[in-house]
Amino acid sequence: MTAAMRDVWANTLIDLAADHPDLLVLDGDLATSTRADRFAVAYPDRFLEMGIAEQNMVGVATGLATLGYIPWLSSFAVFFTHRAVDQIRVLVAQTHANVKIGAAYTGLLTGFTGKTHQDVEDLAIMRAMPGMTVLAPGDAIECEAAVRWATATHGPVYLRLARDAGPDLFDAGYRFEPGRVIRLREGSDVLMISTGLQSARCLAAAGILGSAGLSAGVLHVPSLKPVDAPALMDAARSVRLVVTAEEHTIFGGLGGLVAEILGERGPRRLLRIGIRDTWGESAPNAFLLERHGLSPERVAERVAQEFSGAAQLG
Amino acid sequence: MDSVAHSGAGHIGGPLSAMDLLVALFFRVLRIRPDEPGWPDRDRFILSKGHSAIGLYVVMALRGYFPVDELATFDAGDSRLQGHPDMTRLPGLEASTGSLGQGLSVGIGIALGARMRGLGVHTFVMLGDGETQEGMVWESVMVAARFGLGNLTALVDCNGLQQYGWPRPPGEVGRGDRRDPLAGVQLRDALEAFGWRVLEIDGHDAAAIVAACANARDAGTGSQPTAILARTVKGRGVSFAEGRYEWHARVATADEVAAAREELGTERPGGARP
Repeated sequence: MTAAMRDVWANTLIDLAADHPDLLVLDGDLATSTRADRFAVAYPDRFLEMGIAEQNMVGVATGLATLGYIPWLSSFAVFFTHRAVDQIRVLVAQTHANVKIGAAYTGLLTGFTGKTHQDVEDLAIMRAMPGMTVLAPGDAIECEAAVRWATATHGPVYLRLARDAGPDLFDAGYRFEPGRVIRLREGSDVLMISTGLQSARCLAAAGILGSAGLSAGVLHVPSLKPVDAPALMDAARSVRLVVTAEEHTIFGGLGGLVAEILGERGPRRLLRIGIRDTWGESAPNAFLLERHGLSPERVAERVAQEFSGAAQLG
Repeated sequence: MDSVAHSGAGHIGGPLSAMDLLVALFFRVLRIRPDEPGWPDRDRFILSKGHSAIGLYVVMALRGYFPVDELATFDAGDSRLQGHPDMTRLPGLEASTGSLGQGLSVGIGIALGARMRGLGVHTFVMLGDGETQEGMVWESVMVAARFGLGNLTALVDCNGLQQYGWPRPPGEVGRGDRRDPLAGVQLRDALEAFGWRVLEIDGHDAAAIVAACANARDAGTGSQPTAILARTVKGRGVSFAEGRYEWHARVATADEVAAAREELGTERPGGARP
């Protein structure tokens, strides 16, 4: 276990602030949850508390960006991708404004907040938005690299941050490249494609499957847009079954992305694991992962089941 | 009206009600350099009621931002003159607007950033009276006061009508053929209660507009944003459009354009009809 992404996000911004005098943090009154309060302590003059008014916050950030500032926004994902989606669309994405959306508390594991706060549609919404870069790092190291890249790169970025810590996937030498898909494990029968913290769970699932004699590879997709579609297709070409797994609805997120790529470039048998056409609830993380089939055990079980079906079909 | 008729779609009522405000701003109030739209010390103007874009374009063209003849490209493919202002296409626009309620927030960002940068610029944002029905406007109103943005001015074009609105109850006073968007709302009181300075003017009196804007600018170093409530007439200057809601977004026939031109005593700017 390593640092949680929200801690990494805040600490990285504090670190970057010295070299980026135009970096600001705007908060929608959730700083103690998103950890933006640390930035407020370190750089009080560059922390702008916008109150409980996310739509206005996005507009203010857009205005600041026209003066060369680099505003990072702090709130929960739902309040960006749902409440302020029109402002992000018209003011940020349509003008290619240099606004960075630090979307905290994403997916199902949002600390007992329940379905109102569990953003399981954000990737679908943000991915559909022209000009928006959509990132979902898999661990603390990748998160830090993504924050650094986003700060240094002009244009709107949606950064999907997990609330809780997950296992390390990468070492300190990691370099973030937008669009890159990353092979975490080789496997000849099945390819599991995942994003965010789910990638670590898929690695664990691949271990379980390996013990059962099924060779499962894992491909991590930290950048849903842009994405290196040919590389993803290459990885999927040789296996009998492709599986996507994500803490997100199976519609339009990673599962949708992979279905689009396979559909256009070379159809494969595809299993999408994720939130089906339903909402979450407030419950412990383990309960939610079990309920929605995202724990390593449930993923392995479902993949094995589907693979035997696929094998029978040839 | 020519441009909208040429394009076959667009808005008439709102642009005409705002025209005197826009002319006063661009010719008397704003410190701008039309030949250097990116001049860092320029005043900023945002048309939050983005559907009045054609009015803004006409004034910008006359002020020298682009050739008057380009107005004929309004709404055409590849045009810099989009149906709603697109800052990525037309230099001189400070924001992309069109989804109502958003411009004031961008203005706050600019005013805040200008203050942090030590720039003496003033930011003017024009809203419609109907637009104040958007919830986001009130988020902005509250935050602007909280940050003490004296360098921010909201101009509200109170033309007394919105696209459709409500029928006017019998006996209720109104200036148009439908209910006033602010009927029953004390906008002045509301803004003052949120911490704004409020000025009320006749939005067709050039001297009053200039004086109010100068007053607002003079308050720029203070800690209160200013709202100028400009009472205007929707469809101003065109008798058959004045006060009639249907002209919010109607396209004039050739005869109507000719009649309007006669009433306004003007030919199309720059010469012959395209």
